[in-house]
Amino acid sequence: MAALMPLVGRSANGEPAKLERSKKFADAFAQVLRGVTPVEDKVTVDLPELAENGNFVPITVQVDSPMSEADHVKTIHLLSTANPHARVATFHLSPINAVARIQSRMRLAKTQDVIVLAELSTGQILMSTTLVKVTIGGCGD
Amino acid sequence: MAARPRYRLPANAKIGDVIEVKTLITHVMETGNRHDKYGKLIPRDIINTFVAKYGDQEVFRAEFGPGISANPYLSFKMRVPGPGVFEFAWTDDDGTTTVATAPLNVS
Repeated sequence: MAALMPLVGRSANGEPAKLERSKKFADAFAQVLRGVTPVEDKVTVDLPELAENGNFVPITVQVDSPMSEADHVKTIHLLSTANPHARVATFHLSPINAVARIQSRMRLAKTQDVIVLAELSTGQILMSTTLVKVTIGGCGD
Repeated sequence: MAARPRYRLPANAKIGDVIEVKTLITHVMETGNRHDKYGKLIPRDIINTFVAKYGDQEVFRAEFGPGISANPYLSFKMRVPGPGVFEFAWTDDDGTTTVATAPLNVS
């Protein structure tokens, strides 16, 4: 049975194997973007490269933003590409936060990309993609 | 069920300082994907919303899905507008809200 499971890791040419992304992720991603093309810039995500326990994965997100009335981060979305639920959390910020930085702990069912989207008051959406390898999955079956 | 709401604030702060606010609450955050030993689905039971207010102003809000770990922990930043009291509120799937209040020592 195990032999039939998709192998995660590196393919023969040493390139990272392409990870499958769930339909739920695709839907949630499209719902957040609403047609806006995300820009891969200014979002720093701190996640372990290897999570031994998928039930408990610390995450820090920081967005480089002036956090002024005219230009601030309104919303940070944490999306999972392979959990049973794609929407992990949504954080709402405003200029009073002064620094757009949040910390929490998340569950990862298996090795996957974690996508962070930051919606700005200007209408722009910033994005960051982080691969986390998971030894023991969280979320349960 | 939620229990033991906890928070950490700096011992004192000045107006204009950017402080870190940390909160934690004891909660199982049952995902709704797990089965018990008889194969029956264990119903979802999570904290789905967290709201932080400072005085009358909402300063931070989070919506959680089942992908947030048990005993949800949060940290966020705030620029101190003046003396005030934090109110942290965690709302459960069954509608129960657990509230903690914390004065900030502003010099």
